[in-house]
Amino acid sequence: MSADKMNNVGRPSTPNAVASNEAHPTFTGNKALQINEPLLYEVGTPEQTGVDIADPRKATSRLGDLARSEPIGLHGLSEPETMRHYVRLSQKNFAIDSGMYPLGSCTMKHNPRINEKVARLPGFADTHPLQPQHTVQGAFEVIETLADWLMKLTGTEAVAMSPKAGAHGELCGMMAIEAAHRAAGNAGKRTKVLIPESAHGTNPATAVFVGYQVQTIKTREDGTVDPQAIKEAMSDEVAAIMLTNPNTCGLFERDIMEIADIVHAGGAYFYCDGANFNAIMGRAKPGDLGVDAMHINLHKTFSTPHGGGGPGAGPVVLSKALAAFAPVPFAKRDGGNIEMVEHKEGTKSFGRMTAFHGQMGMNTRALSYILSHGQDGIRQAAEDCVLNANYIKASLKDVMSPAFEEQKEGFQRPAMHEALFHDGFLEGTGVSTLDFAKAMIDEGFHPMTMYFPLVVHGAMLIEPTESESKASLDQFIATMRDLTLSAKAGETERFLGAPFYAPMKRMDETLAARKPILKWVPAPQ
Amino acid sequence: MRYLPHSKKNREAMLATIGVNSIDDLFAEIPESVRVTEGFGLPDHATELEVDRYFRSQSAKNLAASEAAFFVGGGAYRHHVPETVNHLIQRSEFLTAYTPYQPEISQGTLQALFEFQTQVAQLYDMEVANASMYDGSTGTGEAVLMAHRATKRRKAIVSGGVHPQYVEVIENLSDFGSHQVVKLPANPTGVEDIISQLDKETSCVVVQTPNFFGELSDFTKLAEAVHAVKALLIVVVTEVVSLGAVKAPGAMGADIVVGEGQSIGVGLNFGGPYVGLFATTKKLLRQMPGRVCGETVDADGKRGFVLTMSTREQHIRREKATSNICTNAGLCTLAFTIHMSLLGEVGLRKMAMASHNAAVVLAERLAKIDGVEVLNTSFFNEFTVRLTGKNANDIVNQLADDKILAGVPVSRLLPDAGHDELLLIAVTETNSDEDFDRLETALKGAVS
Repeated sequence: MSADKMNNVGRPSTPNAVASNEAHPTFTGNKALQINEPLLYEVGTPEQTGVDIADPRKATSRLGDLARSEPIGLHGLSEPETMRHYVRLSQKNFAIDSGMYPLGSCTMKHNPRINEKVARLPGFADTHPLQPQHTVQGAFEVIETLADWLMKLTGTEAVAMSPKAGAHGELCGMMAIEAAHRAAGNAGKRTKVLIPESAHGTNPATAVFVGYQVQTIKTREDGTVDPQAIKEAMSDEVAAIMLTNPNTCGLFERDIMEIADIVHAGGAYFYCDGANFNAIMGRAKPGDLGVDAMHINLHKTFSTPHGGGGPGAGPVVLSKALAAFAPVPFAKRDGGNIEMVEHKEGTKSFGRMTAFHGQMGMNTRALSYILSHGQDGIRQAAEDCVLNANYIKASLKDVMSPAFEEQKEGFQRPAMHEALFHDGFLEGTGVSTLDFAKAMIDEGFHPMTMYFPLVVHGAMLIEPTESESKASLDQFIATMRDLTLSAKAGETERFLGAPFYAPMKRMDETLAARKPILKWVPAPQ
Repeated sequence: MRYLPHSKKNREAMLATIGVNSIDDLFAEIPESVRVTEGFGLPDHATELEVDRYFRSQSAKNLAASEAAFFVGGGAYRHHVPETVNHLIQRSEFLTAYTPYQPEISQGTLQALFEFQTQVAQLYDMEVANASMYDGSTGTGEAVLMAHRATKRRKAIVSGGVHPQYVEVIENLSDFGSHQVVKLPANPTGVEDIISQLDKETSCVVVQTPNFFGELSDFTKLAEAVHAVKALLIVVVTEVVSLGAVKAPGAMGADIVVGEGQSIGVGLNFGGPYVGLFATTKKLLRQMPGRVCGETVDADGKRGFVLTMSTREQHIRREKATSNICTNAGLCTLAFTIHMSLLGEVGLRKMAMASHNAAVVLAERLAKIDGVEVLNTSFFNEFTVRLTGKNANDIVNQLADDKILAGVPVSRLLPDAGHDELLLIAVTETNSDEDFDRLETALKGAVS
């Protein structure tokens, strides 16, 4: 090597001139930053611990004859080993912080870290739900302030703050509706709930939990619900409609007020699945649209982090007609003091959804996000997420297949916060929506939601959220165009074996379901 | 607004690409009569500093456990959570990922879930566990519904030792589902006759250990009687640390074990988010609610993990699903798993014994006070005292002003059961001798 490529201690400072694109297997099987990590049970031992605990005080056991004598089987790690084990695992995850995550219906937006900080303040994180109420007035104040924002943004009269997730909120809303029917003397008379076929699976599952039968409503050709279909389905057996707005096709239900009127005229209530509230916050109030109950996914709309699948929170806003039936606990303000009513006796409340007060840790994060935005920022966020979705749709409509839209020139109907495509553009290529999604992984993107909503064949539901910059969107669009043209050009190998560059090749999901292995077991001796 | 990347110029360029003149054109589908054109009378955006100040001022109005002599339990317990847990769960890759729908780029979350399921199954001594429920109370409600599906019966018998708010959750779900609940009266001694209530209509019996009053029970005989009428035994555990010291429900013959996991990794959080632990037998697996992670291989034959058995779940089965649950307690399960990995069997057992022995020491000290009677024969880290002739709720409120959070007055959860004198006192490894001195002195004063 020539001297000018060395520094003064002989360290080479330029790459060697060898063919560096020739991959060779490594001794360890690792690939630099991609390091294989066995299970906790393979790296840890039953004897190891990573926590120092003071020796127990001397005492005579009061466990009776119930002491646990058999080994439990848990394995432990020292603190540095624990750190390395879980850091390595973390590096096998894609996340919003690492790249665009356009998972439709999930609203994967930026998660500000100030939210994490305030949620961990000792007055919230280190207080007990059953300590005296006068010692937690600040926590109640936060819940009440968040409740006030939610009611004002939705134009409603009340909000139940205890539901623990979106589906739990649905359950809460439908229980309030059934409680109202019972209070009106209609116990057991209204047994059906109308649900469009495009709905989230949680909607019909929830209705059944409350004892209802589901009547499915066909979606009309433009992806929305036809008020005529609702009119025909209405009867005095119908308890409610469950409608998502903006709907799961990313469209605003333009006849929503007419639908609400039909439902109300028939003596039923209007439950709105608020999963997509992000698109209209600050621009429309669900209460004005005729909604009686709607859950708000704090982890979507108000950015409490998704955390790998929860925890979420699903406060439910309620119209005047349903307000009295809200579950316990609920807050009652008396001057400067907030009382949390914990028992339903003496109220019209239908009962209790969960122990304690709900997801306080999510409430603090959501309020932090809301206060940071303010009413102006919230409206701007809705506008930007809708702008981004329409920008993607407009930029891809000539090569991909927008759902519910003929490929005509120029602007047609606006999408809301999501751009929805069907798999028509892949017809004859031998590439499926799944293959296409896996190829996106190789390009450094999390795939969009696939095969949902069910009413669109090979659906690709793209939700960019307001967090993506134009540069980021442009790179995404360019990538999607390249993938599309590649599929159409017959380059199927790029798709069928994808992902090639992820920590794992494509996983065998059928095997997992057919022969369930759901926990580690020690190898036979 | 610091979270929104677009410049005005970029917004205009994007509108031009879309082919509209203004952002209002994109909201044209909202009926004109209901379009919001004004503000809401709420504040505009705030700086990070302002937001931080607001929350600090609200936080300061609360009495944090760390500032008090703290003995509150009743289904949520304060244990020390190592800082490593808090750091690791805030790794971007864990915190800002979603449900692992794409397993090839979600192995971190999935492998941790597999470890979690293994830990839960071991702690409960059960064959299979799911990837968590929202919390112990909702998990218990789901366990009852699961038993109804599995037995095709609709009657649950609920012990008077089950946490009263868990019972309310069961009652509420049962009310709407038109299922029957036979609720036995709350009774601090833990002695009750469930077996004579069993019949051919009984789908399940729900019991708890340690029970709401802290008393420990062996349900082995009960399990036999329950199985004799082809019903299922559901055992609830609200203090998971107890399983480091006390015989597991699986070893007693439980069919479903469900409980709260917040003691490990999660913390108090003023009631949520928590993490529901849920385990059952292989035989009942297909009736189990919630997400499940399973082992498989990739196209190269390399071991990996995926969400599996989704044909039970709402996004596939819709109205025929085993539950409407969609999320699990994701990040709380991770916190649980990391903390449990740090503890290992050795650490968990030591933490459990430190809590138990501390509770025994305190119970013996309090029992010597005139007017204080310890009601339990056995207990783990929580016990019930009778403050003779006194209202426990009043005393708890009064002591709080001296920064002593003395426990849970039973009447707060059971207002009409004539339990005004009863106080639940929980003790963990976090309590100091000084905490004991302060509580002892204060109670002496209060009951004299």
